[in-house]
Amino acid sequence: MPLYLIPLLPFAGFLVNAALGRRLPKAVSGLLATSVMAASFGFSAMTVYRLLGLEPVDGVRAISESYYTWIGSGSLSIPLAFRVDPLASVMILIITGIGTLIHLYSTAYMHEESDGEYARYFSYLNLFAAFMLVLVLGASFPVMFIGWEGVGLCSYLLIGFWFTKPTAAEAGKKAFIVNRIGDFGFILGMLALFWAFGTLDFQEVASKVALLPSDPSSLAGATVLTFASLLLFLGATGKSAQLPLYVWLPDAMEGPTPVSALIHAATMVTAGVYMIGRNAVLFGHAPFTLEVVAIVGVVTALFAGTIGLVQNDIKRVLAYSTVSQLGYMFLAMGVGAFAGGIFHLYTHAFFKALLFLGSGAVIHALAGEQDLRNMGGLRKALPITFLTFLIGTIAIAGIPPLAGFFSKDEILWKTWESGHKVLWGVAVVAAFLTATYMFRLLYLTFFGERRHKPDEHHDTHGHGAGHGSHLHDAPPAMAIALIVLAIGSVVAGVVGVPHALGGENRIETFLAPSFRAIGAEPQSELTADPEKVAALEHGSSIELSLMGLSTLVALAGIGLATMIWLKRPAIADAWATRFAGVHRLLLGKYYVDELYNAVIVQPVKRVSQGLLWRGVDAGLIDGTVNGVGLVVRGWSAVLRRLQTGSVRAYAMSFFLGVVAIVGYYLWR
Amino acid sequence: MLPEPTLNSYLMLSAVLFAIGTAGVFLRRNIITILLSVEVMLNAVNLTFVAVDRFRGQVDGQIIVFFVITVAAAEAAVGLAIVIALFRHKEMLTPDAFTSLKW
Repeated sequence: MPLYLIPLLPFAGFLVNAALGRRLPKAVSGLLATSVMAASFGFSAMTVYRLLGLEPVDGVRAISESYYTWIGSGSLSIPLAFRVDPLASVMILIITGIGTLIHLYSTAYMHEESDGEYARYFSYLNLFAAFMLVLVLGASFPVMFIGWEGVGLCSYLLIGFWFTKPTAAEAGKKAFIVNRIGDFGFILGMLALFWAFGTLDFQEVASKVALLPSDPSSLAGATVLTFASLLLFLGATGKSAQLPLYVWLPDAMEGPTPVSALIHAATMVTAGVYMIGRNAVLFGHAPFTLEVVAIVGVVTALFAGTIGLVQNDIKRVLAYSTVSQLGYMFLAMGVGAFAGGIFHLYTHAFFKALLFLGSGAVIHALAGEQDLRNMGGLRKALPITFLTFLIGTIAIAGIPPLAGFFSKDEILWKTWESGHKVLWGVAVVAAFLTATYMFRLLYLTFFGERRHKPDEHHDTHGHGAGHGSHLHDAPPAMAIALIVLAIGSVVAGVVGVPHALGGENRIETFLAPSFRAIGAEPQSELTADPEKVAALEHGSSIELSLMGLSTLVALAGIGLATMIWLKRPAIADAWATRFAGVHRLLLGKYYVDELYNAVIVQPVKRVSQGLLWRGVDAGLIDGTVNGVGLVVRGWSAVLRRLQTGSVRAYAMSFFLGVVAIVGYYLWR
Repeated sequence: MLPEPTLNSYLMLSAVLFAIGTAGVFLRRNIITILLSVEVMLNAVNLTFVAVDRFRGQVDGQIIVFFVITVAAAEAAVGLAIVIALFRHKEMLTPDAFTSLKW
């Protein structure tokens, strides 16, 4: 079965819904979109099954398919080629699997839209899935870039889905423009690699990089490896919402909630992490870049975590949590724990999708209400939503044995093991914050007194008119998605149980070949070297104690949240007034948006208006054009006096002209 | 007996006819006369063609003359039609009366 079917199916769904959606009833367009995703998931599963059955060639199992030469010019040859290796196989399963569930959930969530809008929504969602699959299946940078730009486009379209609302339209534009800055780096990085290696195929680049010595770990003496990987990382910070380009993601919550779950939590925003994993050999040869990646990751994790602590919009808390968790993944990448980063990506996809869909169910039940201050006490009214949300919250907080614990702990352990003790400390603080703000969210939403006033409809999401004030739990389609994701959040971690806990960390073994160049020696950790084995056993006791510590930290975070927001809500207000400055700073999101506005947006605007528009365009360009016109007009005012209208004058000028010309030839 | 006409005599005659025609175009004040003067100029040219052809023993020029005569006939028809139209417009036939086609 050809690989191209995997992205082609959602694309076909997009074409049908985009072309005919207006005429299709909702049941048909929703079913169509969901079933193409399910079929794509089926194909992905079969492909992965086939991959698992393959004999490794040069230590790597991969299915490659090349369809035709997309660009061929001189030494540049870029085939449209797809490749599935362990890394890509994890990604396609996440995208199609979680994508299917979110499509299913959306059929219920979006049911109040008109037929045309409903079909438009699903066509965008299908298109997104198609592009995302191209992104992970692409065997070279340019093919990945098709997907990279395509998902950006779909993200823009879906954030601005309710485009009649100015904030949604603005948020869409913001996401698109901020991503453009990152994409600029991505393109430059791509060009640098082509300049250096003459190829853009991932495997070929990796093989060529593997032959080179590593760059020094500072900028002095850095080669193209460091610069290219830094530029690629800039692309990753845009797409994956890291400092300094994270600003678009919280605003992206203007889109429908399932979109936030699929695109802005589970899949698209992980593209940057995936891209680094895909180029693990390249990044591995650029220690300086890895250092930057790790620091940016951990600072982002902490930074976003502190903001998440005080936000009042249920989706924004989750958005900052996503930024923070993505920071964890980058930290993993930065300390060289590529498998750990992808593992966290995979578990995070489950519980973050679950949390978003759960928050969507809450918003749905409350007729579009998103403000935590108007929620509370929903535990009884929304039992399924509450239970699944609780599971997701425990999973993200990192309580064993749920999925988030294993992946987060893997990252913390690898950070410690690689000697980044400071980064480890910061990451532990971020883990504490994660537990705190997630349980704050849980308590404010589901516990305590109900603060929602049923007669006040905040009809920001198209929900409301038909709902009235009665609370209702998730309808079946939404409930199924929530329950499946909740099960996933509980059990997804089993593939990565570390050796220290008697597991085999199968996902690491499975993914490892993807992070090596073809033919490179696998760096087996369990070779016969007795010293190494001893060191490993010593390490595992440290690992166990660190594990215990991080669990304690998570419990402490939960405890703090319980104390403040469940037991004594007055404390929160008291602290907010006592540390008014800090509180305002956090509530204002460190005023980064305002800073960017003042430092970048306004100067660009002023230069554009004052210099480029008034000066260059209106002054120079228009001036030149109008000046030419004026000169011509002036001369023609003189010259047109010759046109008297008298036929005989014209005839005379002909005659004199002929006489002059003939005379010239006769007497020259 | 007059001497046998040479090529030069034909060319002289042609030049005289052309000059008469040109003078007519510039000096006469009636559009119809001007048109007739143009015909005279055309025929001066025709005469040159035929004379030179005869002198060199070729027929190309004579063929051209037929074309010129045909076109001149068509031109005369169109020209006279325009003259009639002009006359209906202003009851005058001096070209100086018709100078409105200018800036």
